[in-house]
Amino acid sequence: MDVDEFIFNMTALTNNQSSYLLQHLHAIQYQYSYIPEQAVTLLANRLSLTEAHIQGVVGFYSFLHDSPRGTFDVLMSNNITDDIRGGLALTEKLYSELGVLPGVPRRDGRVTVDTTSCIGMSDHGPSMLVNGRTITHLDNKRVEDIIGFIESGTAIEKWPKRFFQIKDNIQRRDILLSDDSKSGDVLRTFNQQGSDHILQELEASGLRGRGGAGFTTAMKWRLCQQTDADQRYVVCNADEGEPGTFKDRVLLNSYADKVFEGMTLCAGIIGSRKGFLYLRGEYHYLRPALEVTLHNRRKQGLLGSNILGQSNFEFDIEIHMGAGAYICGEESALIESLEGKRGIPRKRPPFPVTQGYKNKPTVVNNVETFMTAALVAIHGATWLRSVGTKESTGSKLLSVSGDCSKPGVYEYPYGVTIEQILSDSGASNSQVVQVAGAAGITLAADEFQRRIAFEDISTAGSIMVFNQQRNLLDMVKNFTHFFVHESCGFCTPCRVGTSLMKDLVKKVHSGHASEYDLGEIRNIARLMQASSHCGLGATAPNSVLDTLEKFPQIYDQRLKHTDYEPAFDLDASLEEARSINGRDDADAHIGTAS
Amino acid sequence: MSIRKVFKLDGKEIVFEDGDTIMDAALRAGEYIPHLCHNPEFKPHGSCRVCIVDFNGRKVSSCTQPAIENSEVESNSDEIMGQRRALLQMLFVEGNHVCPACEKSGACQLQAVAYYTKMLSPHFTHFFPQRSVDASHVDMAIDFNRCILCELCVRASRDVDKKNVFTISGRGIKSHLVINSPSGKLGDSAFSANDKAAQVCPVGAILPKHQGYDNPIGQRLYDKHPISVVGDVAAQNEDEKR
Repeated sequence: MDVDEFIFNMTALTNNQSSYLLQHLHAIQYQYSYIPEQAVTLLANRLSLTEAHIQGVVGFYSFLHDSPRGTFDVLMSNNITDDIRGGLALTEKLYSELGVLPGVPRRDGRVTVDTTSCIGMSDHGPSMLVNGRTITHLDNKRVEDIIGFIESGTAIEKWPKRFFQIKDNIQRRDILLSDDSKSGDVLRTFNQQGSDHILQELEASGLRGRGGAGFTTAMKWRLCQQTDADQRYVVCNADEGEPGTFKDRVLLNSYADKVFEGMTLCAGIIGSRKGFLYLRGEYHYLRPALEVTLHNRRKQGLLGSNILGQSNFEFDIEIHMGAGAYICGEESALIESLEGKRGIPRKRPPFPVTQGYKNKPTVVNNVETFMTAALVAIHGATWLRSVGTKESTGSKLLSVSGDCSKPGVYEYPYGVTIEQILSDSGASNSQVVQVAGAAGITLAADEFQRRIAFEDISTAGSIMVFNQQRNLLDMVKNFTHFFVHESCGFCTPCRVGTSLMKDLVKKVHSGHASEYDLGEIRNIARLMQASSHCGLGATAPNSVLDTLEKFPQIYDQRLKHTDYEPAFDLDASLEEARSINGRDDADAHIGTAS
Repeated sequence: MSIRKVFKLDGKEIVFEDGDTIMDAALRAGEYIPHLCHNPEFKPHGSCRVCIVDFNGRKVSSCTQPAIENSEVESNSDEIMGQRRALLQMLFVEGNHVCPACEKSGACQLQAVAYYTKMLSPHFTHFFPQRSVDASHVDMAIDFNRCILCELCVRASRDVDKKNVFTISGRGIKSHLVINSPSGKLGDSAFSANDKAAQVCPVGAILPKHQGYDNPIGQRLYDKHPISVVGDVAAQNEDEKR
């Protein structure tokens, strides 16, 4: 099919609504390996947008490209958990053996290799995406096989099935994952008991959002229900981009029906006819099965019109794909992205619950929150209160990875200590535990008594373990790179501050920094915390500040003990001149003795 | 008679109306809060963060924060002025700003706010990004080296001129202004020197061609009075804009 026809069909199916722009771009990228100019022109025409607007959207999302990628488009996950398990060396191997530079297509058009932020496979060893498909458990052997397939031009469909194997790795179950209710049970309960009763149960249960912020679910739903509007929306945030997290992957793989049931319950309560599952681009492989689940629910009368025979209960769910942007996990940026735009966080207030998708009242909840809410509807408030703490009722799914022998998903009652998690996951000799991802908190050994709970450490569930052999500065450096890549660029302190921070940490890491630079790091961090537009900029410096406070020696031992050191390395700056002259003798170097 | 609502800005009572932001009310009362991406003629943006104030104990951008009765707003403290200075320094090192050779020098809001916050050096390491100049248009030129991503031209072209000539592409530190035209050049776009978008640039990124240094440096808008007295360059008459 030519591009014109492809786009014509696609846009016609959605009545040329501009809110589908990102979805179309995602499909075009997938089909053609880039967004051809011709496609931009045609889309602009069909959706009544300017070409520059479309160019702006393409430029925002990491997975969209305005020039062709290689036939094999390889993206190595560069989370710190990939790096420490050999991912860094494997990435270098791919660059050198395939003869490519990062992100640049090889001259024959065969392949591109680049890195990407955590793809949600931290429990599967170093992992990669090839043409959007996930390959796990990378080691030397597997990477050599992949290089072989790429060089021989073997279609990815013919690569061994075991490359693509993804397991749930559920290591511990509690009330949520051991529930055995059936499809439709929740909605039948809802029909019998009604909105008010279910909302009261939700309220009594104390359920709070599982995405980390911990807003009371019943209050969110009630606020949305009470806001006057002709349409309301239910949005499930499945953009889990926090480095080191993967529990939503597991829920969507094995419990999607209950997640959809929770969304439908919410729709019934707030009065919504339309819902979206915003699925991160990295989880593209989950989409076909999710569509089947939705299809089955429609057949069973659990989605669509007349749900369970109720003439006034109509609701359907559509899957929207993200395209490589961590910021879209922030609910207002997610809504912008759902509307087909660049994922820039909105000014708040107004909050999505009163003005969200298309400025209509919108409930945005985490995958796990919807599933938990659904089960509260069947089992009642006491069920959730049977585990957890007074302020943090119920259980939490944690994604445990890094230096432990049993990585995977652990469901614990709220209030579990870090020590317990370490012991259960087979972690020993742990130096630090990084909770809540790159923007989270770095816990030292004397803090392992602390608890996962809203009143202590609140998290969407990423737990990354580092043992005593790890160089913590590698972790900090990795995170500062992550934020440079993921800052949306809207506000000054985050856009510029993340880059300044990355350079200063690199300066420490490479042994060129002085005490003065540490002061600079602290000042920039404080400015970012105080003045950023959204939480990304405000939390980006956390790991730097935490480690500076708790592990000052990792910085101090690399400092040059002078008051000031230049940002550049004089000898390294001569490298270009040396390569032009073809020289590398001692006289062509300056001051390397220091 | 309507009830008079007030908040306190650095201890001074400021009267405001429903719907006002802190910035709206302060400007109306003749109180200056430094800003770059804000222009009262357009919807507040809140991206430069230079107008941050302390609002009941937390930092907010005064151009987007609705005024609230009896709130305490602090703007002129050493701490906030230091933070504003650092934000300006970030803007200076992010682009390529060569004040002594810039046609906008002396009538540039970035430079004037920098003086106001007592910024004496760029402090941070320069990024020296590779950026271009687009002189393809008959009457106007764009020097991307000086763009601070305030999106005033984007807003003016979209909301007033109804032309959508400008938008932002890229992400993070790679964010940049792009032009809607087949070639991506300003000369091929619907842009005109009479557009509102041609009048709102707070820095020297969008400038008229065929004239230079008509008004000698030293006798320009902010050479004569600080920005806290004369206000935004976009609000001046044509003679004062350079």
